[in-house]
Amino acid sequence: MKILVPVKRVIDFNVKPRVKADQTGIDLANVKMAMNPFDEIAVEEALRLREKGKPTEVVVVSIGPQAAQETIRTALAMGADRGILVKSDGPVEPLAVAKILKAICEEEKPGLVILGKQAIDDDSNQTGQMLAALLGWGQGTFAHRLELESESARVEREIDGGLQTVALKLPAIVTTDLRLNEPRYASLPNIMKAKKKPIAEKAPGDYGVDTTPRLKVLKVTEPPKRQAGVKVKTAAELVDRLKNEAGVI
Amino acid sequence: MASLVVADHDNHALKDATAKTVAAAAQLGTPVHVLVAGKNCAAVADAAARLSGVEKVLLAEGEAYEKMLAEEMEALILSLASGYDAFLAPATTDGKNFMPRVAAKLDVPQISEILGVESPEVFRRPIYAGNAIETVQAAAGKKVITVRTTTFKPVEDGGSAPVERVEAPPPRGLSRFVGEELSKSERPELTSARVIISGGRGLQSGENFHLLEKIADKLNAALGASRAAVDAGFVPNDYQVGQTGKVVAPELYIAVGISGAIQHLAGMKDSRVIVAINKDEEAPIFQIADYGLVGDLFKAIPEMEAELTRLGY
Repeated sequence: MKILVPVKRVIDFNVKPRVKADQTGIDLANVKMAMNPFDEIAVEEALRLREKGKPTEVVVVSIGPQAAQETIRTALAMGADRGILVKSDGPVEPLAVAKILKAICEEEKPGLVILGKQAIDDDSNQTGQMLAALLGWGQGTFAHRLELESESARVEREIDGGLQTVALKLPAIVTTDLRLNEPRYASLPNIMKAKKKPIAEKAPGDYGVDTTPRLKVLKVTEPPKRQAGVKVKTAAELVDRLKNEAGVI
Repeated sequence: MASLVVADHDNHALKDATAKTVAAAAQLGTPVHVLVAGKNCAAVADAAARLSGVEKVLLAEGEAYEKMLAEEMEALILSLASGYDAFLAPATTDGKNFMPRVAAKLDVPQISEILGVESPEVFRRPIYAGNAIETVQAAAGKKVITVRTTTFKPVEDGGSAPVERVEAPPPRGLSRFVGEELSKSERPELTSARVIISGGRGLQSGENFHLLEKIADKLNAALGASRAAVDAGFVPNDYQVGQTGKVVAPELYIAVGISGAIQHLAGMKDSRVIVAINKDEEAPIFQIADYGLVGDLFKAIPEMEAELTRLGY
């Protein structure tokens, strides 16, 4: 069985994003980029499943600019087997990503696709669910635990009230939440080895997908700022102010 | 045409998030219908029918909807799609689960977690964990939207819409509900509480959350936590407030031993009054707090409790 893991190149999660002065977007010039953290968890989970036995190959896909090849290399250095880069320079919306991934799934025939639940740039939280719908597959989103059985997958999901377990018929889609695992660091020998692993280069047109954005971004602005308030000296003063000044207790 | 709001409920009671989503839907300027999908949930449909501004309630009952399995919800909503030009659901873990499936099958982009409606075609939504706000114009075709409920005021009761039963499409059987572990609590839910007290890594252990519980009991507050506290295993995942946890906006948010990572701030910075208690004077949480107390929480929290007791709370 093959596992497909889509990964996205995004601004590093430690970097504070800055809104461009002309309000057209976020300034990405000379900003450190990295693999979307949820996708790193997805790669790790795929590798752990392969190490446990049944899956035999982990294929990583990224849809993005040429530099997204580095993101694929990171996944290969963690232990994935090969990569597919679908080159596209502009932003690609989740629906177009899902359509490209659908075409790749039809070619590669994975038993499982593991994706991050959302990318930390556009925070859409859509691609996995959209891919599942387009393929007509079941989905286990926001996975906290994942177990593969012979014909099915069991996914424990993080939901608003606690945890929920669903059983999915394979092939299926799983999206990762934060606590599914802790991704490994690539070792130096593995980073060297990753340089020799194959990455196929494709274009959205190869899959018949038009990536022209359909939502029109009118502007991107800073959120309203909150001012720091006052420092209180004691817990008693705090209670007094909450009661008599703010009137919230 | 009309908008269809997918109700959030637990088969017994309608959740507040539904009334807030109806408020967002009303701003699109077309009639609002509500879909209640569940099992033995006629009482929920009746509650939805009372929401002011709702013109009709659709009730679909079936085994598959009891836990709102995404694959089945997709099929149900699609079976109703021809009568609507917009579909809205609160951005709860359920809404986030099934709505993108609906959008994909309708071949339209989804607009996730809107904070505001500028016009029936233009919406504001947070990106980069709330570090920026994007204003987007919807694409041609039907609209699929999830709503961040903290920024919309719930519509009041006062309506009396008819409830119409709709036929459920045959089950697809792609997924099956196995079980769940829900946190049991006598306290209000995080997303609808008026007061929230949250603990972070500074609490040092799960046991120390009892200190916060005492305050929570006095103020009828919900208990929350930072991602660090959840990752450290102090409390379960459903306590997490933040970009990837719950987004809250209570009247009063008390952050105890929480430094204030961007991720956490994104989940609570719209609260009306924010209190921070932290021993590190430089902690970023103080930059957004209305009231800051620099000091040892293990001293400050019992003192706060004693003061509340003295005042009769």
